[in-house]
Order: sequence, then C-alpha cells, then structure tokens
Amino acid sequence: MIKFTEAHEWIEVENGVGKIGITDFAQGQLGDIVFVELPEVDDEKSKGDEIAVVESVKAASEIYSPVSGEVIEINESLDDNPAMLNSSPEADGWIFKIKLSDESELENLMDKDAYAKYAKENG
Amino acid sequence: MSETLKTSLYNLHKELGGKMVPFAGYEMPVQYTAGIVAEHKQCREKAALFDVSHMGQVTIKGENPAKALETLVPGVYLKLKEGRQRYTIFTNDNGGILDDLMVSNMGDHLFVVVNAACKNEDIAYMKEKLVGYEVTEITNRSLIAIQGPEAKTAMARIAPESVSMVFMDFRSIKVGGIDCFVARAGYTGEDGFEISVPEEHAEKIAKLLLEQPEVAPAGLGARDTLRLEAGLCLYGNDIDTTTTPIEASLEWVIGKRRKEEGGFPGANVILKQLKEGVTRKRVGIIPTGKAPARAHTKILNMNGQEIGEITSGGFGPTIGCPIAMGYVPTDMAAVGTELKLLVRGKEIPAKVAATPFVEQRYYRG
Repeated sequence: MIKFTEAHEWIEVENGVGKIGITDFAQGQLGDIVFVELPEVDDEKSKGDEIAVVESVKAASEIYSPVSGEVIEINESLDDNPAMLNSSPEADGWIFKIKLSDESELENLMDKDAYAKYAKENG
Repeated sequence: MSETLKTSLYNLHKELGGKMVPFAGYEMPVQYTAGIVAEHKQCREKAALFDVSHMGQVTIKGENPAKALETLVPGVYLKLKEGRQRYTIFTNDNGGILDDLMVSNMGDHLFVVVNAACKNEDIAYMKEKLVGYEVTEITNRSLIAIQGPEAKTAMARIAPESVSMVFMDFRSIKVGGIDCFVARAGYTGEDGFEISVPEEHAEKIAKLLLEQPEVAPAGLGARDTLRLEAGLCLYGNDIDTTTTPIEASLEWVIGKRRKEEGGFPGANVILKQLKEGVTRKRVGIIPTGKAPARAHTKILNMNGQEIGEITSGGFGPTIGCPIAMGYVPTDMAAVGTELKLLVRGKEIPAKVAATPFVEQRYYRG
C-alpha cells in the first residue's frame, strides 16, 4: 500500500513498516539535491516531527514524518549519492524506514489518484 | 506591495521553461528546465545567457563626471580611460557599503550599473550628491550577460568587433546589427560579456545568442553558485552598510591616490582601518562533509564560542563540495584555520579557504 502526504512524501507500508521518501513532483520542485541529512536508527518520532533534511542547490527543505514510530533503517547510500533523490525518488531514493506505532494514522493520507490531483493543483 | 515588474525578456523566459520567482521587485527565472547544476556547468564549460535587466543602468553627465563620482567612491576614476570599466562601491560616512557598482567611461559621460535592489536609493543618492550633474536612469535598455569560455566564440559570430576587447573593456558596438554597449566582464568568474541593448531589440538579441551552438540560458540560481565559487560578493549578503571594504577584504577597490588623499564618504574610518587593521575579515570557508552551510549559519571557534556568521553559502557544482563566505576575527582569518559551523544544532568542522574557490578565467589579452 502506498500513501502520500500534502508535504509531497510517499510511504509504502508492508507488515507494519513504512518506507518513506519524497515524490517525483517534490524532487522536481526542489531541483538538484546535493545533501540529505538522515535520521538515526532507533530515533522515535511522532507524526509531523522533523525527521530528515533535503538540501538542494537552492535551499534546505525539512522532511516531516508522516507517521509516528521508530526509525529502523536509513538509506545510507544517499550519503554518497544524494542525486538519487532526483533520479529515482520513489524507488532507490527512499530515505528511511519506520516501524509504525499507530497504523490508523495512514487513514488520513492520500492514495495515488488523490495525490496526483493534489500535486497538479499545487504545481 | 507594489506590482512585480517584468523585464523585456519575460516572455522568452516563459517560452524557455523558466521557473519565475520574485527577485528585487522583478519576476526573474531562478532556473530553466535544465536545472541549476546543469546551467552552472554550461557556464563553466561553454556559454550561458543570463537576463540581468533588473539591474539599474544610469548615466552621469556634466563637466568632468569622474571627478564628481570620486566624491562618492574610493576608486580612482580621473584616469580611467575611455572605453574602460572599473568596479567600485558607494561608501557611507561610517565606512559602510551602500552598494557595489560598475562604472564605465563613455568619453563625455559615465555609464553606471548598480544592483537591482539598491537602484532607487542609489539613483536618488547620486542625484542628491552630484549637484550640477545630470544623473539619468536608463529605463529603455535591457541587460544581457553571456558568460563562459565559449562566450567569445558566439560573440565573434554576431558581434565581430567584440573579439579585440579584453577584460573590463567597454564599447559601443553592434551586436546582431543593433547598436549596443558591450562590456567584457561579468559575475561568474568566467570570460564573458554584458550587453546593454535597447529593450525593443532585447528579445531578438537574446534569441540570436541562444541560437549559437555554444549558448544555453541560465537563471539566478546558477548566477549565485557561479559568483560564490568565483569568490565575488553579493550586496546585501556579504557586504552592506555594516561592513567596511577593509573588513570585506576589498582593500583593492581603494585607489592608491585615494589612500593618500581620502575625499570619499567614510574615508577617515576606512583609511584608519587600512593602517591599523580591523577586528574581523571576510574569508572563504569550506565545511567538512557535504552539508551546505547557508547564510546566517553561526561560525564557532574550536571551543564552541560564536565568532561570526556565514554571509553566503551553498554547494559549489564545479568544486563539488559546500562552500561559503563569512566574517571571522582577524586572528582566525588565515587560510587553513580550523573552525566550526553550527548547522541545525550540529557542529560541523570547517576551514578557512582561499578565494576564489574556482579559478577566475578573465580574458586579459
């Protein structure tokens, strides 16, 4: 199951674990990404907490956790290759995985069609 | 808020996929479809075209305008030859910097280019101070910059008279058959030209330049990364009314004769600093790692005490790492000095670095 946030993040949930990244629309808006500040494994985050920072040539953009839970894995390959967020934002460019503490938080997020419409309206 | 202004290349920017943002009262392209890094590299490797029409173009006319100008700036203009351009700054009575500008000798008058964000104040200031002189803003000319190692090749084709120009030459020549003012200068550290063109011909000239195989458009984003790598100050960030030219490491703008004679606003402060030194200096800084340190990032000494602030910072696409400029105490201004930067609560090791970060490649003949 993939859901999307109004902050242009995606979350793919499998067995209570959410894999999170930014959308293709978001990377297009940000432009060339040169640095990703990753969270740390074992970080406990609440929904809406700042959890990572994506720096483009232009500016720094905070990533907020779309759900509450514990960070269980981070995509360390982004340290050497932050441009993966531009080339493959919704696959290889995932940012972190989080063990969800409350799956009901997913209910308010958008599905693919709703997000496509939202991104179009906000583009 | 007053309405955002458009330059005469606005429609062309839209056609080219420019992402328009408000900048100094104008709607300007921050980037085109290629993106900032590609546009930056285009300029370092081939040639990039920038619309800089938002900047103020001004003429000063009257009896010996160079002498009048010298009352407002620390530069030497009396001996600036016709057809030459020189960089200078307006200083205030405290030795601070009101703006930086380019001044060209056009024979019987001076041609001045000032920053967009300062132009109204600058023009009012010149009109007030240069009594008996005619200070006129030229509002019907656009300004197009073409920058990069292959700019000269593109220009040779459409403006053959440009080939004999060297860095900081300024001439009235034809570009694509149109009478233009052309300077061999720019704000990227590369060889290149700035073309002042009657606005009704601006789009035609821009398109003619873009038709040249070496040339592609670049926006304000690349302009900023290019000037930062070249170690060039941005007014409002790296220099302003709270910084003196000595603190800003711009001693070289003070002419030899002016050092002896003074006679410009704030000369007492600036010449004293020149003799006795200053407590802080603008330096280049390279952070360790990949996190860029943006403007207003705090600079710490190795004990963690705050000693200054980053004034410009970001990622340098050519050097391939974060780069920055900022002010540090003079005893910590030597190249190689270790310091720390406070980025989002984390102390990042950094070092004072020589500027320019990327070698300037002006054509001096």
